[in-house]
Amino acid sequence: MQHQLLIGYDDRHTFLNRLSGSTKLLSFVGLSVIGMMTFDTRYLLGIMVFSLILFRFSKIKYRDVSFVMSVIIGFSVLNLVMVYVFAPHYGVDIYGTEHLLLGSSNHYFNLTTEQLFYEFNLLLKYTFAVPLALIFLMTTNPSEFAASLNKIGISYRISYSVAIALRYIPDVQSDYRTISLAQQARGFEISKKAKFMTRVKGGIQIMLPLIFSSLDRIEVISQAMELRRFGKGKKRTWYMAQKFKRNDYLALLVVALLILLGIALFKVNGGRFWNPFK
Amino acid sequence: MQNQQSNSIRTVVATGIGAAVIFVLMKFVAIPTGIPNTQVNVSIGFLALLGAIFGPVAAGLAVFIGHALNDFVTYGSPWWTWVIVDGLIGVAFGLAKNRLKIANGALSTSKLVWFNIYQVVVNFVGWVLLAPTGDIIIYHEPATKVYVQGVTTWIIDSISVAIIGTILLVLYSRTRTQRGSLKKER
Repeated sequence: MQHQLLIGYDDRHTFLNRLSGSTKLLSFVGLSVIGMMTFDTRYLLGIMVFSLILFRFSKIKYRDVSFVMSVIIGFSVLNLVMVYVFAPHYGVDIYGTEHLLLGSSNHYFNLTTEQLFYEFNLLLKYTFAVPLALIFLMTTNPSEFAASLNKIGISYRISYSVAIALRYIPDVQSDYRTISLAQQARGFEISKKAKFMTRVKGGIQIMLPLIFSSLDRIEVISQAMELRRFGKGKKRTWYMAQKFKRNDYLALLVVALLILLGIALFKVNGGRFWNPFK
Repeated sequence: MQNQQSNSIRTVVATGIGAAVIFVLMKFVAIPTGIPNTQVNVSIGFLALLGAIFGPVAAGLAVFIGHALNDFVTYGSPWWTWVIVDGLIGVAFGLAKNRLKIANGALSTSKLVWFNIYQVVVNFVGWVLLAPTGDIIIYHEPATKVYVQGVTTWIIDSISVAIIGTILLVLYSRTRTQRGSLKKER
């Protein structure tokens, strides 16, 4: 629990930092949606390489993100194993051919090239957006993020909610730590050594004070905001908002081209899958 | 009019703080069940309370934002189908607000029973019908795998709301003054 959990923003003086938050948000959402839809391995690999190159440019140190990386790798491996256990012939169903590597075709657990290829695609899909997400998280100032949500057309109340969430996560986190230590001092065991039910009980003992103090906090903050006439106007200006510059338009153009390429590949492949076995 | 104004501010703040609390609960109080990506989710118990106090908009948005942020920093990119389903479940919990009328004081047993039946149904629709179907259509994952994940999540989340959610609702309602508890002296 000691490591930094919210991987932090830092001004690293790269061109990625200077792009406006709206650009980065639009690019990230656009690329992750198209990557979510497509199963074209070439395209996914291309995006992956593209985002790794960007990651290199962003000057983010690997050790800052190594913890997140290990979680993501663990998550992907678990999922891939689970897909294999539950549906070892799914690749054969999708690609329509069967190239056996291990076992025979009437066994439940056999290994086909198609299945490996399908799972490789899944792995790419789980991971291709990770460098982009890390870049987005670590080069965008949280306050600017809220401003950019508003800029791309989300109502300012919702943007403000996001701003409040980002602002108060560290506070709630430190409240959580304090309460947890206090309860542990009173003898509640919540570590991995404890039994399942004890952990659940310990969890509840921490939750209750945390939740009730947060409810109080909601009252206090909303009164403070009402006193400052929040929500009286139809619009709101943002201190951290950035104007679009030449580079922003350039970045958006590149991303738009990539997305168009992805859509064009749907046509070329006649569907979401690229089938190298035909 | 005046009241409406302050209500909307409360909704904005409740969304923000609610999202922060959900984020922290998802992050720290996650007890794995053994099936990948399914955890004993205590934050959904909190969601029941949030919905009962602040209504559908706050609860739906709060869990949407909290879950998306949590996925963002844990897995790199949000698993959109589940994030959206979580948001819809928040909205459904929020719709129970008018039925529960938690601000008016102690909850009767019949209301709690009704709420628990309601939440099990809501969780069923969300985790067994919507989320796996979304996974199959959007992410093209094998049906058996996503249904196992969905059913596990349904069971765990329902139990979580039944225990944690109910405790929270009862405790919160006790802090409210019972409606009509004041009498005019004659």
